[in-house]
Amino acid sequence: MASYNLKVNGKSVNINVDDDTPLLWVLRDELNLVGTKFGCGIAQCGACTVHLDGVAVRSCSLPVSSLEGANITTIEGLAKDELHPVQEAWKELDVPQCGYCQAGQMMTASSFLKDNPNPSNEDIRNAMNGNLCRCASYNRIEKAVALAAKKMS
Amino acid sequence: MENQNKITFSRRSFIRTSALASGGILIGFNFFTSCKEAAVPPVDVSQLNFNDFNAFIKIADNGYVTIFSPNPEIGQGVKTSMPMIIAEELDVPWEHVSVEQGALDTNNFTRQVAGGSQSIRFGWNALRETGATAKQMLVNAAAAKWGIEASSCSASNGVITSPTGETLGYGDVVNDAAQLEVPENVTLKATKDYKIIGKDAVNVDIDKIITGEPLFGLDYKAEGMKYVSVMRPPAFGQKVSSFDDTNAKSINGVSDVVQFGDKIAVLASNTWAAMKGKKALDVQWTNDGTLESTADHDKKLNAILDGNQLDIRREDGNVKKAFAEADQVLERTYESPFLPHNCMEPMNFYANVTADKVHLVGPIQTPAGTARRIANLIDRDEKDIHLEMTRMGGGFGRRLYGDFALEAAEISNITKQAVKVVFSREDDMAAGIYRPAIKYRIAASLKDGKVTGYHLKEAAINNNMYGLIPHFFPAGAIDNYKVETGNYRSNITTGAWRAPYTNFLAYAEQSFFDELAELLEVDAVQLRLDLLKNVKDGQDPDIQYSAKRMTDTIKLAAEKSNWGKTREGVYQGFAAYYSHNTHVAEVVDITLKNGYPSVEKVTVAVDCGIVVNPTGAKNQVEGGVIDGIGHAMYGDFSFDKGKPQDVNFNTYRLIRMRETPTVHTYFVENDLSPTGLGEPGLPPAGGALANAIKAATGQLLLKQPFMSVLKKYEANLKV
Repeated sequence: MASYNLKVNGKSVNINVDDDTPLLWVLRDELNLVGTKFGCGIAQCGACTVHLDGVAVRSCSLPVSSLEGANITTIEGLAKDELHPVQEAWKELDVPQCGYCQAGQMMTASSFLKDNPNPSNEDIRNAMNGNLCRCASYNRIEKAVALAAKKMS
Repeated sequence: MENQNKITFSRRSFIRTSALASGGILIGFNFFTSCKEAAVPPVDVSQLNFNDFNAFIKIADNGYVTIFSPNPEIGQGVKTSMPMIIAEELDVPWEHVSVEQGALDTNNFTRQVAGGSQSIRFGWNALRETGATAKQMLVNAAAAKWGIEASSCSASNGVITSPTGETLGYGDVVNDAAQLEVPENVTLKATKDYKIIGKDAVNVDIDKIITGEPLFGLDYKAEGMKYVSVMRPPAFGQKVSSFDDTNAKSINGVSDVVQFGDKIAVLASNTWAAMKGKKALDVQWTNDGTLESTADHDKKLNAILDGNQLDIRREDGNVKKAFAEADQVLERTYESPFLPHNCMEPMNFYANVTADKVHLVGPIQTPAGTARRIANLIDRDEKDIHLEMTRMGGGFGRRLYGDFALEAAEISNITKQAVKVVFSREDDMAAGIYRPAIKYRIAASLKDGKVTGYHLKEAAINNNMYGLIPHFFPAGAIDNYKVETGNYRSNITTGAWRAPYTNFLAYAEQSFFDELAELLEVDAVQLRLDLLKNVKDGQDPDIQYSAKRMTDTIKLAAEKSNWGKTREGVYQGFAAYYSHNTHVAEVVDITLKNGYPSVEKVTVAVDCGIVVNPTGAKNQVEGGVIDGIGHAMYGDFSFDKGKPQDVNFNTYRLIRMRETPTVHTYFVENDLSPTGLGEPGLPPAGGALANAIKAATGQLLLKQPFMSVLKKYEANLKV
């Protein structure tokens, strides 16, 4: 067990966990931030996607020991005073079916759009290719990312 | 045409009301069954126990309505669409309605199940009647207040209006209404007056989903609960011989290791410790049955098809004679592998077994049956069991089986602790209840340019096609028709997987029809339309698809897809299928990229009767179609000596966004009672895709996944 300091959704937190504990389980079990989902544990499905210093990463495969002092944003912190344009677009287009993978999808999309404000459909399809949706809500995800880009411009 | 306004139950037998202690009215009702004579809803809404009613409506004294939605939500949208039907007849603005998931107790239930795409179909009458009855009580209360005839008043959007234009809100009269008798006669709305049904309503859980609030089983926590990782035999046909838990117990956070049956549970204070503890177990396994491999199944299924031990499931005319007299016979054998469900939310369940009660929480498609099995397993009275359903991160059939809930209950019962069993992805894929491997052998006899005989044999693992599947198209369309089935009993666990049997059967048959059309030199769509002309609707009680509805659906798909009129380089494939009471036709458009098929577009026509919630309905169709294409293309799962060969997404391939076509959905417009959509979009997709690939490349696809054949082309792709 060791003590780690993280900044999560703008708040400083201190946790005591084993050093190999993935960020995913720190968020879910220690910090009660259960919006970040467990899907595969090997960075293949994207359900656990969060932002590390603004960049989309797979929290299931990031040991906490590599994150001392890191700045993490989860789905719970994506909305600031109001919903993020990605969240608005997801709601407007009624994207989710079961909804389980969608936090990861939105975290990938919001990080991607920050660096690519005017994406083509092909850009969107490439950017979102790492996130699985077993309900196959892919058509709406694709449209929602494009709509969010429009909202942000 | 069915009469939608037909009354099929006596309301007194399934609706009861009571005044709420906190003000307002609580209306309890039951689907498909009557309540006990003495049953009354509680006066305190927190006391809802779902014992005598499986659904409730609360109308508060401010006029706001809470609907406790009875059926489990697995992403199929019933938590939104079922309350919409109540709200329509109750005639309240949708914005004044909130929806909560009903809990479950085990007495007096019939269909609090998510499965078979039947929630809407079976709920349609009861939901409308309940909403209309509640509205009538409110009107009666207002009329009494005004001292006039109820029949002279009208109600709309939560407001009751008298003939002289006076108004009262539902909230103003709800306490009076609670004192009234449940009226015996109510009128249901005409379809043309619908204000909520037929309009898009966004998923009622949307705000929680997009902000990451706790909603799913995996998100549920209780004070002091232990997280549990379970070690199960690595191969079907093995059991525990001995184990050493020294290393597991030395891991920080691991508190207990217990064996139950052939499984070993590791309890810990957090999920990661439980998972690590499981990996640290040193277990010796021993064989306890045959260790089966995919090659063995292949042989067994072929032997069934080649043998004469099959059961006849439907037989019309004289198939033998038709084949003897044929000009030509076409015979094909189609193969599919096992498939895991791979819900994105891995299986999990919470259980806390105490002396007083058994508290269970989690994602389950069959709450009633599971609660009953748990009561038996741990020898408790069913009335001790309180089961709460969470939203489910996908179901696809996997959460019909309560194995994970039984594990949680058993571990809690042994350890006397509150526990949450969490499957890793590897656990989830390797301890599956799989779609079984199946083979179909289909033969048709042709004479004088017509299909004269059709003979289908099914060889499957553990079970065979169920219900009315043997009577689906082309039953009724071909005079000499025979369906036979046989199965091989395996120790690998199998079960329902989205659109059981038809998820593969439709592909086999619809590919076969494409070849028949070629042999007969007719257009593939025209062949189906010609065959449907032979079917007389309503003549055979087992044949429940409608030739008329299927014909209209096929024509709509052909029209919207520009069937046969696409630009150069676009190849089309067609399939149509009726399942789960819904008619669907699909056209897949593909192009070739360096010889590799790229699926561009799928045009879908659907007849599901009245479309309750168009946005939700389209979501189901889009998902079903892409799911069907994905699994037909990539879904591959094999066993070697009882051991699953893929256990995570690094080797098990699911369809991803880059491989996804755009789905265009069109609904046949009619006023018929609604039917379900969770499954019917899927079955035709694989066949339409196979037919498009054949049109483009000439490659006949007789085996799923198609990648087993197409791999050679994929290598050409520059990604």
